[in-house]
Amino acid sequence: MKARTKPVLTISELLVERGGNVILDVPELILSAGEVLAVIGPNGAGKTTLLTAVLGLQKSISKGSVARGGLSFPGTPPHLYRRGFAMVFQDSLLFNGTVSENVASGLKIRGFGRSAIKKTVSEQLERFGIAALRDRRAHSLSGGEAQRVSLARALATSPEILLLDEPFASLDTPTRESILDDLEMALSGSDTAVMLVTHDRVEALRLADSVIVLAKGRILQRGETIDVLRRPANEFVASFAGTETVVAGRVVRSGGGLVVVSASGVEIEAAGDAHKGQRVAVCIRPENIVVSTGTRSRTSARNSFAGRIVRLLPMAHFHKAVIDCGFPLVAYITHHSIEEMGLREGGRVHVSFKATSVHLIKKER
Amino acid sequence: MDLIVNGIKEAFRLIVTLDTEVLSVTLLSLQISGSATLISLVIGVSTGTAVALSEFPGKRLVASVINTGMGLPPVVVGLFVTIFIWRNGPFGFLGILYTPAAMVLAQAIIATPIVTGISFAAIQQLPDKLRLQILSLGATRAQMVWMLMREARLPLLAAVMAGFGGVISEIGASIMVGGNIKGYTRVLTTATVMETSRGNFDVAIALGIILLMLTFAINYILTSIQQKGGR
Repeated sequence: MKARTKPVLTISELLVERGGNVILDVPELILSAGEVLAVIGPNGAGKTTLLTAVLGLQKSISKGSVARGGLSFPGTPPHLYRRGFAMVFQDSLLFNGTVSENVASGLKIRGFGRSAIKKTVSEQLERFGIAALRDRRAHSLSGGEAQRVSLARALATSPEILLLDEPFASLDTPTRESILDDLEMALSGSDTAVMLVTHDRVEALRLADSVIVLAKGRILQRGETIDVLRRPANEFVASFAGTETVVAGRVVRSGGGLVVVSASGVEIEAAGDAHKGQRVAVCIRPENIVVSTGTRSRTSARNSFAGRIVRLLPMAHFHKAVIDCGFPLVAYITHHSIEEMGLREGGRVHVSFKATSVHLIKKER
Repeated sequence: MDLIVNGIKEAFRLIVTLDTEVLSVTLLSLQISGSATLISLVIGVSTGTAVALSEFPGKRLVASVINTGMGLPPVVVGLFVTIFIWRNGPFGFLGILYTPAAMVLAQAIIATPIVTGISFAAIQQLPDKLRLQILSLGATRAQMVWMLMREARLPLLAAVMAGFGGVISEIGASIMVGGNIKGYTRVLTTATVMETSRGNFDVAIALGIILLMLTFAINYILTSIQQKGGR
């Protein structure tokens, strides 16, 4: 882990309004050199607006400013302010011309000399595995190739901050994986800070050190990626972070690092502490649930319930099971286990999960 | 029938032997319409681009006005230019009525909305994010406009060709403000009308063929550039 202390981007009191509606309201956000920050949130949350505002491309900034290094916007000539950034969109938006010309465009804009451009372009083409395409027309490339060119074009200018607006969303899985590998390699050991807008939690986990969850233009939670996914601050973040099960309950006992919550007529144990009577939302991630048949499971898990499978939905790598055990509990079960245990909708099962796998969101009243 | 066959024979003789009269008329046509197109190119491409790239209330109205201008009847343009540069008109002091300058002016007025309208559409059809992409690469506004024009170069070229095609074949305004003076303001279209009315079909056909060939050459160049760009 690099020491990430030098701030490269500072957002202060940023307010973007359009037609009287608040599109984005970010009181403070600091990005350090080398940090990779994922921005997740539903459609219309203001994710792209945040990126364009950071880049000084947002016309409707009502208040506040963004600063890159010592240059703040508004205040600095826009093109000079922007020259520390690079951006890659979901569409590769390549220019008419060859692959090399595209990768060179940012340097050409900055007035670099021919030999310097040639050297940097070659490095970037190698880095993204597209050296063989250098003389191809950019508009004749496949989606994956084009996105590699777009990334190479962005990194050719050695930006302080790289802005990625869902750059992998329209790629097939193998292509996305291989480009992610190349990007990770390119970023490792560099001081370039990254803001990555994504819908994909896996992508966020893989690339980002920290994450912010945006909704209706406001930051609901910021923290280390794994932390936000495991311990969402509220029910909205929980649903967005893939916590499939969220049940409302009330604390009935607490002590010794263990909280007992009564929810939907059953008692659920969670690690932590809370005062009696506290209203909470119980969050259980689907991958932390063990499903078994036959007698009650022999695990050390503190929570064990009998239930009935209500729905069984096949997904890419596992089945998603909705199990009624007093409350609807969602669990992920491998295809192999489904076959082995002969699970089917309507079948009876036992579910268990550890107290440490339960996250409690405490409510105000 | 003989009339046509002899006419065509004579026409080819005039063209092949580079008849001075025909040649001078052709060159003057090219000069006047070329100059007018150049003026319309400067005004039209910049106006079309500016309107396409800016957001202001009434943009739709401005676009509609430009598009209407694309179909401006040359006779109406000729009429108004004549009135304006008439001896005691507002610009009468310029003394340019019945000169090539007046023809360039009138033709530029006809071609400019055509070039503007097509340029506007050319820039407008580029993806909006392309502008953001260029700016994110650190471009100044001028660099951004230049790069967008490069991206739209094929339709912009079409705009120029359409402008030139419109004025080289135009007659109403040219005859009104130019007066069809031999060796001075006589161009392909005005000469064709005059020779036809005099019954000199051979010369008229020769001029007609030259005009057709010019139009064909323009479209051929345009089409081949488009085909090359589309590959």
